Amino acid sequence: MLPSQLKARQFKKYPAEARQLAIRHLDLLRELPASFVPLLLRELIEYDWKFPAERKQMDGQLAYLQSRSADQRQQVMAGFAQLRLTSELERLDWVNAPSLYSEKLAAYFWASHQIDAFRNAAESYIRTVNAATPKEPLPIPRLGIVVVGQGVPETRYPLFRKLRPHGVFFSQVKPANGVKTLLAAVSRRAGAHPIPYSHWYIDGGTGEAISGAGITTVSYNALAPARVALLNRMEESIQSGIGGPEALRTMLHQMRPEEIGLSGAADQAVLNRFQTTLLTEGSGTQIFSTTFVQWAAREAWARAQPLTLLARFAQRQRQRPMNELIASPQEKPALDPQGSLIDADMGAFYTWLNQQRLPGAEQSCFLAWFEDHNQALAISPTLPRHTESSSPVDLEWLLNQLNPS
Amino acid sequence: MAIRRRVPLPGNPQSPREIAEAISWSRRDFLSLATGASVGSALLSFAPLKALALPRSRKVVVVTFGGGARDEETFMPDGQENIPHLLTELIPQSTFFTQVVNHGILGHYVATASLATGVYETFNNFAEVPPDHPTVFEYFRKDLNRPATDAWVVAPSNGFNRIGESGARSYGRGLGAGVILPKRLLSAALSSGGRVQYAHLLRDNYETPLYTPQVKGSEVDLRQLSEILKVSVDDFTAHARTLSSPDELSVYVARQLMRQLAPSLLWITLHDMDVAHAGAYSLYIEAIQRTDRLCAEIWKGIQSEPEYAGKTTMFILPDFGRDSDSDSGGNGFQHHRTGDPLSRTTWMMVMGPGIRENAVVGRRVQSLDLVPTLGSLLGFSPQQAQGKPLPEVL
Repeated sequence: MLPSQLKARQFKKYPAEARQLAIRHLDLLRELPASFVPLLLRELIEYDWKFPAERKQMDGQLAYLQSRSADQRQQVMAGFAQLRLTSELERLDWVNAPSLYSEKLAAYFWASHQIDAFRNAAESYIRTVNAATPKEPLPIPRLGIVVVGQGVPETRYPLFRKLRPHGVFFSQVKPANGVKTLLAAVSRRAGAHPIPYSHWYIDGGTGEAISGAGITTVSYNALAPARVALLNRMEESIQSGIGGPEALRTMLHQMRPEEIGLSGAADQAVLNRFQTTLLTEGSGTQIFSTTFVQWAAREAWARAQPLTLLARFAQRQRQRPMNELIASPQEKPALDPQGSLIDADMGAFYTWLNQQRLPGAEQSCFLAWFEDHNQALAISPTLPRHTESSSPVDLEWLLNQLNPS
Repeated sequence: MAIRRRVPLPGNPQSPREIAEAISWSRRDFLSLATGASVGSALLSFAPLKALALPRSRKVVVVTFGGGARDEETFMPDGQENIPHLLTELIPQSTFFTQVVNHGILGHYVATASLATGVYETFNNFAEVPPDHPTVFEYFRKDLNRPATDAWVVAPSNGFNRIGESGARSYGRGLGAGVILPKRLLSAALSSGGRVQYAHLLRDNYETPLYTPQVKGSEVDLRQLSEILKVSVDDFTAHARTLSSPDELSVYVARQLMRQLAPSLLWITLHDMDVAHAGAYSLYIEAIQRTDRLCAEIWKGIQSEPEYAGKTTMFILPDFGRDSDSDSGGNGFQHHRTGDPLSRTTWMMVMGPGIRENAVVGRRVQSLDLVPTLGSLLGFSPQQAQGKPLPEVL
């Protein structure tokens, strides 16, 4: 089927708000290229469970396309329109299963050497839409905080090496009450700017109690039952021998929160849907807490676009070497403090990179701290770059220096 | 389509293509400074003279990394600590190509198959199918009338078990390389005692970290142990108990093959570093360090085997890179899904008799050039391969 043949009744299986949105823009969808519409629908079908920032983006994108003349739209879509598709792809039910379709589409673009052309078309489109979208000022600059090295007594690993060129490395930070101080800062910002999904606390362990309302919390340990349920489902799928990694990925893609013991109730639906995708779409998030925190922070920045994000890494399980696996296959793995610290150090860098991809990046602030130790790295427009300080400071003072209010 | 706003990163003003070029130049400059390496283009006129000195019974060992390695963790300043053996032992003995581009599908089996056929294969990376085009092993054996024992592949996972011979007409069945999958061999050996299930040892598809491939044909595997490698099940499992990773097992198997059959064409694919898909940076780094050590061990092993010493050319190349940190569509080192220039651009080193030592080639070459180069080196005609022979090593 081609987009020009789309009819309103084909969206009857969509969730309520997504269905309304699709039907409202039916004429627009009919005019867009076949290589583009299923990808748009892949996002649109999830509209009911999207964060406010994502909804705003989707609305803005549709409004932008709607506001163009036919010629202008053709120009914007030229890159996509040039991509060749197969009749087999056209026959797939891309309206009701756009995710599955997009996986097959991606495989076809790779196999037909069109992936670079697709990539160019997508980048050009995103640039054009972003440039045309009005920029709204943020109420406060974004603040990203990353805590690494929980439970690591000492290390010789050169921490924050990739971040140092962008800020000040503090080597004499007083660690007392460090985590409490950082959590209090998140609470203060949430209290002052109570915007839904704008203040996040992600923890690789159990997570500390955090006071105040309006803070979205995600923790690796709280999701333990969901992870176990998911791993069991994966094991069943693998043991069934039906299909390989692709079938497994499709199964994961279609999984709903309720299937792994998370509530689908209205007040928790958005967050639980998000948490489910962390486990089903993130690679390694099911087994390594460090991977989980890095991926959760990445996805939270990109999707919810919060004003505040605190990501605290914990220790992940140790990857056992082959000889140990042979000697005692069933033994439960121990923890890997040093490896976790190295993972978290890279995770801190990636968290900052992803923060920098958001609007307002030039004003945003970032703090990384080696938990219970005296090393920290601070980045803000008011601080110099590539600088070291050995002055004794505490985290409260550091937060004030960042001055993101 | 989801839109993720992207703000130019500080200190990153160039296009991805320019970044890839810059990194290649940085590799080249670093190598020239660090090793006093000469520039490869000046070497071309030496080729005809050099050919006179080639040994008659030449052998070739190809080592690929079936889990891409990025420049950041290898040849860039912060990464050099991870590859001491490549830098200080192997590069001084090699001609180094700084810019090897892979325009194909960035999945490990299909990309390795493309390296082996010299054609960008387009089959499903996860399907258990042979390459569509003749492999280097088939050209080698058919053109030179070599026996089955003269071409072998040691590969990491079940997905690679069809890589030895293609489905191409007039090549294919019976003309390819023997394939040994060491982990499968280990699983068969361990299970032969009927005690514990060791399926977890076979977890090697890091694209889906928990996926465990099916194990089939243990009888064939165990026959490989006794008849080909000349190792008893007990000795094999005892040795495996001393090794920390599947790649170490692969190198052990390759060394056994070299001792027992001395194949003229041996292809080893290392895979440990693909653990990066699980997202744990420290494990990825450990795997790079292990791979670096294993490459040096393979070269030392070659020099210690009378059948190989002084007459073996070794090629080392990653199948491709991994996603760059600056591409918002990826997640940095974890995957190779964006198809950005850094994930497509990597390097190759070549060493052995007649190969210019300490030389750096900065021009862009393709990973498809490997098979035609092997053809020129060993004397066969890879008719369907699409690359070009690399004159710098001929």
